[in-house]
Amino acid sequence: MSLSDIWDVLVLGVVLGSLYAVIAIGYTLVYGVLQLLNFAHSEVFMAGGFGGVIALTLFEPAADPSGLQSVLYVLLGICAGAALGGLVAFGLEKAAYRPLRRRNAPRLVFLITAIGASFFLYNLAGKLFGRYPIPMPSMYENRRLFEFFGAPVSVTQLIIVVTGVTMLVTVDFVVNRTKLGSGIRAVAQDPEVASLMGVDIDKVVSRTFVLGGLMGGVAGFLFGTNLQVDYQMGFLPGITAFAAAVLGGIGNVRGAMLGGLTLGVVESFTVEIWGDSWRYVGAFAVLVLVLMLRPTGILGERVGRTA
Amino acid sequence: MSTEVERKPEGAADAGPEGTPLLELRDLHVYYGAIEALKGVSLTVGEGEVVALLGANGAGKSTTLKTASGMIQPRDGQVLLRGERVDGIKSHELVQFGIGHVPEGRRVFARMTVLENLRMGAYRLKRPDPADLDRVFTLFPRLADRRKQVSGTLSGGEQQMLAIGRALMGKPELLLLDEPSMGLAPLIVQQIFEILREINEQGTTLLLVEQNASQALQLANRGYVLETGAVVMSDEASALLSDPRVRAAYLGETIE
Repeated sequence: MSLSDIWDVLVLGVVLGSLYAVIAIGYTLVYGVLQLLNFAHSEVFMAGGFGGVIALTLFEPAADPSGLQSVLYVLLGICAGAALGGLVAFGLEKAAYRPLRRRNAPRLVFLITAIGASFFLYNLAGKLFGRYPIPMPSMYENRRLFEFFGAPVSVTQLIIVVTGVTMLVTVDFVVNRTKLGSGIRAVAQDPEVASLMGVDIDKVVSRTFVLGGLMGGVAGFLFGTNLQVDYQMGFLPGITAFAAAVLGGIGNVRGAMLGGLTLGVVESFTVEIWGDSWRYVGAFAVLVLVLMLRPTGILGERVGRTA
Repeated sequence: MSTEVERKPEGAADAGPEGTPLLELRDLHVYYGAIEALKGVSLTVGEGEVVALLGANGAGKSTTLKTASGMIQPRDGQVLLRGERVDGIKSHELVQFGIGHVPEGRRVFARMTVLENLRMGAYRLKRPDPADLDRVFTLFPRLADRRKQVSGTLSGGEQQMLAIGRALMGKPELLLLDEPSMGLAPLIVQQIFEILREINEQGTTLLLVEQNASQALQLANRGYVLETGAVVMSDEASALLSDPRVRAAYLGETIE
């Protein structure tokens, strides 16, 4: 492997990793406020992919779109993905988790519910949209756009990185600099005291789900951009992003970003060196190794401590 | 229909000479599961007063405070603020009525900085007033020095100051304090009680739960003594301070 090959693979990995990072935020935010591993988040991601397909199919993109048209199609897809992702996450919290919180259910019940909700949602999608992959209408010609210090960058990759980084910067701002963010952080640290400050826990929890859902939905759309979506598309990216959240230290937003990028890069090198059949082996080996050395994850501090 | 019953407006029944009390608890019954933690607690806190709530561990002091701030709902009885019933209102809404609660064990947001904790205290306000921050920093100059420090690394005394400062940021008229002296060195306790006096002189009413009966009664105007979920004594603070039963039960080990 030459130096320029390494650079190419690294750029590929960062593109993939930014997508994982965006999904991982959804896991980590929800874990922060509820100490819940929301396994149904992979279906929020899937819903975003379908949202993009539905909106674009209804819209019927031109066969040979101009540059401006392409940009509009992509923006439409992003908005539709965000909308459906946010909606599913909102509904999920209301229908599946809120009743459990009302009853002070033990954590295991939440976990089983999350898995059940995940099964329900992807089978619902399979029922509604069929079990075969659905092509996403083509929005642009995916050509090589330019070279980034020698590494080729395609249109899709550029879209993923720009959208991904924009979302990561935005969510970091929201969590650290806005009133909603301070509510989220306060609930994550001590919900009872947060409510003494006037924080409406139900509202904050619901908005946390929506925030994660918007991002997960956009990620789902980006994942299927110019390709296809299917009802099971959430599973592997979801599991990988969950691993990324744990790797970075679950509950920690910047940790999720770091974990996502790390796993993206590791995955892309694994594929390059050992081939596609090893795709997920490298990333999960890294996860196991890091957790053996640092059980709280790279930036984590709360796993293993009672909240 | 013709039987006209004379009705008093709610809250007027026990109004003291200075009118409707700021806080009134009426015959509160609170349960944790099957265990009755409060068995008919009644008390009043007048505007501008400092009221101390004394008693041993498990007497129901914290439960009383938590019920007053909406963290726990009573099964029976009423909580009135300026004569208006507020039981059944959840704590995050009740803060809008001007109640600040400094919880037992301080419970600052450990991973936030001092400044972020204080901003959390002003969460309920649409437009936080910068003067509030100045006021807290004037009361607690140590917090001003450490404003960028992560709160989990503060000393116990500083955390207590932060917990009080955080509650003040929400502009409470009534401040509920749950054992502010717990686990602190005597000198720090002294300091904190002096600041509490100052806060009261600035116009905030205090309801204070304490095991440190001597400190609490020196600050308070009046006091209540709780035993196994019921009020067993209530009097002027000076009277309680000299009462032989109080002295034996709660001042036994303090150096007078």
